[in-house]
Amino acid sequence: MKKKKGKPYTRRDFIKSVGGGAIGVAVTPKLIAKDAPPQKPEDESVPLLSKKKISMTVNDKKISIEVQPNETLLHLLRERLNLTGTKRTCDRGECGGCTVLLDGMPVYSCLYLAFRADGKKITTIEGLAANGKLHPIQQSFIEQDGYQCGFCTPGFIMSTVALLDRNKSPSQQEIKEALSGNICRCGSYFKIYDAVSAASKR
Amino acid sequence: MSKRDYMIDDKDANLLYYEEFRDKETEEPEELPSTKKEKFKIIGKYTQRIDGEKIVTGRAPYTHDIKLRGMLYGKILRSPHACADVVSVDLSRAKNLPGVKAAIQLKEGRVKYAGEQVAAVAAVDERTAEEALKLIQIDYKPQPFVVTEEKAMAEEAPQVHDKANVRKFNDYTRGDIEKGFKEADAVLERTYKTAVEIHHPTETHGSIAKWEGKRLIVWDSTQAIFNVRDGLAQVLKIPASRVQVIKKYMGGGFGSKLGLNDYTVVAALLARQANKPVKIILSRKENSLCVGNRPSSLQTIKGGVRKDGTLTALSLKNFTCGGIATGDRCAEPIIDVYKCPHLKVEESTVFTNTGADRPTRAPGHVQGTFALDGFLDELAAQIGMDPLKLRMKNYSTKNEGDTGIPYSSKGLDKCYAIGAEKIGWGRRNKTPGEGNGKRRRGLGMASQIWWGVGRPGTAADVKIHRDGSIETVCGTQDLGTGTRTYMAMITAETLGLKPKDVTVKIGNTMYPWCGASGGSTTNPSVAPAVRDAALKAADWLKKLGARKFKVSADDIVLEDMKIINKKDPTQSLAFSELRRDIRREMVFHGECSGRPSEYAYNTFGAHFDEVEVDTETGKIKVLKVVAVHESGRISNKQTAESQVIGGITQGVSTALFEERVMDDATGNMVNPNLRDYKLATSLDIPEIEVHFVDMVDPHINILGTKGLGEPPRIPIAAAIANAVYNAIGVHIREIPMTPDKVLAALKRKEVA
Repeated sequence: MKKKKGKPYTRRDFIKSVGGGAIGVAVTPKLIAKDAPPQKPEDESVPLLSKKKISMTVNDKKISIEVQPNETLLHLLRERLNLTGTKRTCDRGECGGCTVLLDGMPVYSCLYLAFRADGKKITTIEGLAANGKLHPIQQSFIEQDGYQCGFCTPGFIMSTVALLDRNKSPSQQEIKEALSGNICRCGSYFKIYDAVSAASKR
Repeated sequence: MSKRDYMIDDKDANLLYYEEFRDKETEEPEELPSTKKEKFKIIGKYTQRIDGEKIVTGRAPYTHDIKLRGMLYGKILRSPHACADVVSVDLSRAKNLPGVKAAIQLKEGRVKYAGEQVAAVAAVDERTAEEALKLIQIDYKPQPFVVTEEKAMAEEAPQVHDKANVRKFNDYTRGDIEKGFKEADAVLERTYKTAVEIHHPTETHGSIAKWEGKRLIVWDSTQAIFNVRDGLAQVLKIPASRVQVIKKYMGGGFGSKLGLNDYTVVAALLARQANKPVKIILSRKENSLCVGNRPSSLQTIKGGVRKDGTLTALSLKNFTCGGIATGDRCAEPIIDVYKCPHLKVEESTVFTNTGADRPTRAPGHVQGTFALDGFLDELAAQIGMDPLKLRMKNYSTKNEGDTGIPYSSKGLDKCYAIGAEKIGWGRRNKTPGEGNGKRRRGLGMASQIWWGVGRPGTAADVKIHRDGSIETVCGTQDLGTGTRTYMAMITAETLGLKPKDVTVKIGNTMYPWCGASGGSTTNPSVAPAVRDAALKAADWLKKLGARKFKVSADDIVLEDMKIINKKDPTQSLAFSELRRDIRREMVFHGECSGRPSEYAYNTFGAHFDEVEVDTETGKIKVLKVVAVHESGRISNKQTAESQVIGGITQGVSTALFEERVMDDATGNMVNPNLRDYKLATSLDIPEIEVHFVDMVDPHINILGTKGLGEPPRIPIAAAIANAVYNAIGVHIREIPMTPDKVLAALKRKEVA
């Protein structure tokens, strides 16, 4: 992204240039209401610096990296850290294909700016299996056939991890609500419920 | 709602149906013993996907995920005008932007829809490519356009092509339609409308092109690697032998990824110009505009019926719209599903300045069945007949279309029997809308016909390596249907191993030929080819054992990766010991055979459902769907169930939500994203019960399998409309059945 001539690149310029969807943490509405502290509006007059060095933990590995002010967490993960399990499906917070955990909270990484992840702990689908052993949720998705083409599956699994972390035995309705921010176009929801349900009993 | 106000305890009615339909068994064609007899240990059983671990760990390589050294990112500039002449294209400023490595013009003359490609660039990253697009200067001369069907059909409408906007493309008659109407006790005419749908696979379309000298290698998110290969060779004027197309995993296609795409050619052209690999991934917006859609339909059905339920005449007049391309034939269901002596079909396409349609999971049948099966329920009400009885009354055992030949197998009657029993058909309102209260429930059903045969000549190899490992190879695609898994299952069944012991390779044009994965053809093509190859491999292994143990080949069994002498099981040879007996890897080539021409090959099914309609808000909630399908032998129950569940979910989505909205003023699509184009989510899904009439088709192929991809997508919208009709007594003749339409229909009913 080029700077406009003679003017510092402001946050407003940036927001305009991104266009489309809203910016910020994107989780299911219920989650925001329950768990997230209200977002404090940032001062718009503060010009953004061209690059920022951030430190974060990705799948238990400490990483220090320079990021562009307009770089999304999704871009950083997929294009620069080669963690391609996180998918880009709509790139504007409408489908949940890019869901990762940020300090345990599910976020749409396509709407989350990378520099805001400074000091945070990120978990992606690649970080779930430990020592070659699948996470129980991953195992349940295989056993219950909770997918078809599999493209949305990492997003669904990450949302499920977040759900079961805060609610060990969710009801069917709670499962449906927790996953309502993820779209599966193949239409595997009915078996995904089974997978989540089975995982909660493991 | 604590109590179902419409509920009538009518258990006997269910029983009656069940018995009645069972009697029909005698009418079925006799099954050949060859396929029926085989008892399989693996084929047909619930089997987890062999590639599940790759998917759940994020390691499955989709086209989106592939990155090559030095790879550039391509972007395409698309027309904002629904119709315009491209006067000039100036790429110079874009080319001068640092980081831009190639730029090409793609269009001269007229663009005919908003979203048509005009120019493209390749740059070191996506952002730079996007910036470069903004620097391309195009001088358009806008022309009059028309983007909605109604306006395009008007006489003074701007012409989309150099011909009339309305063009007849399908005509069919049998019998004497007027005579048929005269013979009827009741005649009814109704008009049904279906909206344009967008496929929206989660993985947007995309390709990566890389030249190695004169050789072109393409990674493509496609349902048809060989079609893409041959198409590229033709367009780029290079030999097909120098083009290789690869697709390992794909995030959905649903018909929108069946052939060569423009952007793939663009990637190849940019890669040639830049002398570097180029990756083009379309955005969600591009996916909405220029890679296909399901054509709309406006269908008027007129039908005549006798008091006893016998159909005497059916006529269909359809106006379908596939944008700048010809829409869908929607007449197949009306021609074929039910017995009707007098039939007349007239189908016309309406051209508009919108993106070309593409096959969309059960093209034509989805729209045709919504109209036909909805109409039958309205017709049944006219004569006070149970709509399921009306369908049974007109049950056909042979192809009613041009051929009149018998079906190779048809289990639709069994689908009806199972479905009626499982949903509790006797609970429905005997008269549509007889219940009362704010929320009303109703039951409905609809039938389905589709093809689903294999492509003769589809090839597969089974390889026995010197270390005894087994590999099954076929140039097919797995769309998420579990192709890899049933290939492993069939190989394992035939050679005495476990599915996980088989290495399956697909998705590369270096492998044996296989056609497009579309039309529900993949399983009936690939499964028999793999079986054929595996049988040859088994035969060879048995002969080897026979020589070694000095017995006949019939005395040899293959089990647990061993060649075993049945007469003396202490005599065995593990596959891993084969090295001593074979000096080279053995390759066994199998093919999908042809099939006898004296049968019609079709798949059948029926969906039964229960809905609840809120008469104050107009909201429809689908509570339960019972789906029963006859698709021949089922290869893997687990993945087959998933496919049916997926078809129902997509069907619920289109029945209630999905609609492309065009803006007459600007000629642009209003909802080219996933927020305004509403897809079903986890909150919208009914309880789903899946059953298979697991009968073996004795004629179709050596395994007796038929396709299953499309069938479950077909009857669901009509079944929902019929259940809504049963609940509130007015038929919603338009999908999506949004609350406004339900409320308007209820108002019409009040007025009437």
